[in-house]
Amino acid sequence: MGAYIIRRLLSVIPITLGVLFITFFLFRVVGGNPAYRIAGKNASPARIAQISKERGYDKPLFLNWRNPLDAQFPRLCLQLVRLDFGESMTTKQRVSTMLREGMLPSLCLTTPLFIIELVLAIALALVAAFYRGTWIDRSLVILSVMGMSISSLVYIMVAQFWLASEWRLFPVWGFEGPQYLLLPILIGVVAGVGGSVRFYRTVMLDEMNQEYVRTARAKGVANRTVLFRHVLRNAMIPILTNVIVAIPFLYTGALLLENFFGIPGLGRLTVNAVFNGDEDVIFATTFIGSVLFVIANLATDIAYTWADPRIRLK
Amino acid sequence: MSDGPNNTGLWQIAWRQLRHNRFAMVCLAILGLYTAVWIYAEATFWGARIRGVTPAYKVSNYDIRNQPPSAAHPLGTNFAGRDNLSQMIQGTRIAFEIGLLTSVIVIPIGFALGAVAGYFGRKIDTAVVYLYSVIDSVPGILLIMAIAYVVRSVVERSEAFQAITRYVDSGLLAVCVGMGFTGWVGLCRLIRAEYFKHRERQYVLAARALGVSDGAIMFRHIAPNVLHLIIINFSLRFPGLVLTEAVLSYLGVGVRDEPSWGAIINDAKQRLWLGNWWELAGATAAMFFLVLALNIFGDALRDALDPKLRTAEAKTA
Repeated sequence: MGAYIIRRLLSVIPITLGVLFITFFLFRVVGGNPAYRIAGKNASPARIAQISKERGYDKPLFLNWRNPLDAQFPRLCLQLVRLDFGESMTTKQRVSTMLREGMLPSLCLTTPLFIIELVLAIALALVAAFYRGTWIDRSLVILSVMGMSISSLVYIMVAQFWLASEWRLFPVWGFEGPQYLLLPILIGVVAGVGGSVRFYRTVMLDEMNQEYVRTARAKGVANRTVLFRHVLRNAMIPILTNVIVAIPFLYTGALLLENFFGIPGLGRLTVNAVFNGDEDVIFATTFIGSVLFVIANLATDIAYTWADPRIRLK
Repeated sequence: MSDGPNNTGLWQIAWRQLRHNRFAMVCLAILGLYTAVWIYAEATFWGARIRGVTPAYKVSNYDIRNQPPSAAHPLGTNFAGRDNLSQMIQGTRIAFEIGLLTSVIVIPIGFALGAVAGYFGRKIDTAVVYLYSVIDSVPGILLIMAIAYVVRSVVERSEAFQAITRYVDSGLLAVCVGMGFTGWVGLCRLIRAEYFKHRERQYVLAARALGVSDGAIMFRHIAPNVLHLIIINFSLRFPGLVLTEAVLSYLGVGVRDEPSWGAIINDAKQRLWLGNWWELAGATAAMFFLVLALNIFGDALRDALDPKLRTAEAKTA
């Protein structure tokens, strides 16, 4: 198992290199010399040359024959490995400071949102599976699909307009206390729960068609015990996959909710960075995101062995 | 060909099952209606384009701005005095164009990579799995945004691409390229797993023993057996594309000069404060029924064509 974990952790390297390559390619090869974006529209060629020199944009992109490490892409990778994320070209702040400041608001929003949605979705899925084939099950499924079919933008706009600004039940905008998070969390849960209920219900119904459930029923185990003891335990594998892999995305924040409600989190930070072509911020967030993603995938596999003792990692 | 019992193929069996699913049939009817609206919208759009006039839905009339619903304008008018109903109709066209254009990118990439990875295995498989793991580890919407942003700036800067924008909106193209280059992963996974199974089947071994080339086995012998996966994947991906386009519109990388539903919803946001809610309601409803019908019909289609897929998908999701 130790060897397995080490091997998997090493796969962080090629994956992260690939992710960085894609972002680098998009922003520096296709997007052109970033010095033009920093200097603005009417900059003189001398100014562009100066910025390029300062920031190393005049070096070869991928390969420098004389000194292999003295090219833009290798330099970027080395810089990120040292956890030096550079400085934002729009705000002139250190990117690491910006990330640190944005992380708390993002996590305050996404963590409760994630947990409430997960618990609610599994509970509703259990209800649907318990009453499968009846009107309860059918209406839950229909409601879920209907909920999935409305754009999340509409949920946000309608709730923000009517609940917050017309009826004044919640604050409309800002991040000054826990009450500012209530409405975003509520919207996030309502918008996301439908898809999750449908997913978990499928998983549970699949388990309920297994032989061991029939055996348990045949020997007289109560319906409820079958569901909670047997089915839920066996449905853990797909549930875990879904849950753990979602965790890295908690940190990237909720793009829409943060933007609409003025929560100064990482989602908003990243969106702004994409529009301003603020590369250093984008490189840093995609770098951290991909590392976390690979680790979460590994954590899923380790969690499998806990959920299902039959699984051994080699 | 006779109508013998052996002639009931996968598709007939599936159709028979679907026909008895009343829900799915209602959804199919709704989809038919949307398709008709789409064709009508294409006709008006291209009709105006060929005659070289501004299409009716783009003509502004500032005397009748922001009007509530009336007999002449069942959904009222928007900020430029354009009829909201015809905006929704053109939105249908945009939604379908997004679905099709994205699939033109997704299906060849997903199918080809999945097929070679599953069929050849080994190093090719490792390479393909590496490629989609990389794409998977970037938050989807960010990658789409970044691609769309870059594509749009390239299209608008270079003269070679300017020609394309006469036929396709540059924002629409950017969105489709973004969703296309990130969206093939799911299809690729499905196809790869299927080719793994099929390459050991007897008919494949027989073909190989007869000296049929790998290419012919992959694309002529196995491909028809996985065709249904492409169709299921398409019908289940389509609703997601429509919803994602709306989000992209809000983030400012969506369709630009055409009334996509996402663009309408974003415009309608400001008008809510004026008490004008029918614009938002119209676009939401137009989107809702298409996405709902696609979701339900896609599910029914999957259950009819490949019942095992439901849980397979759930477990790898």
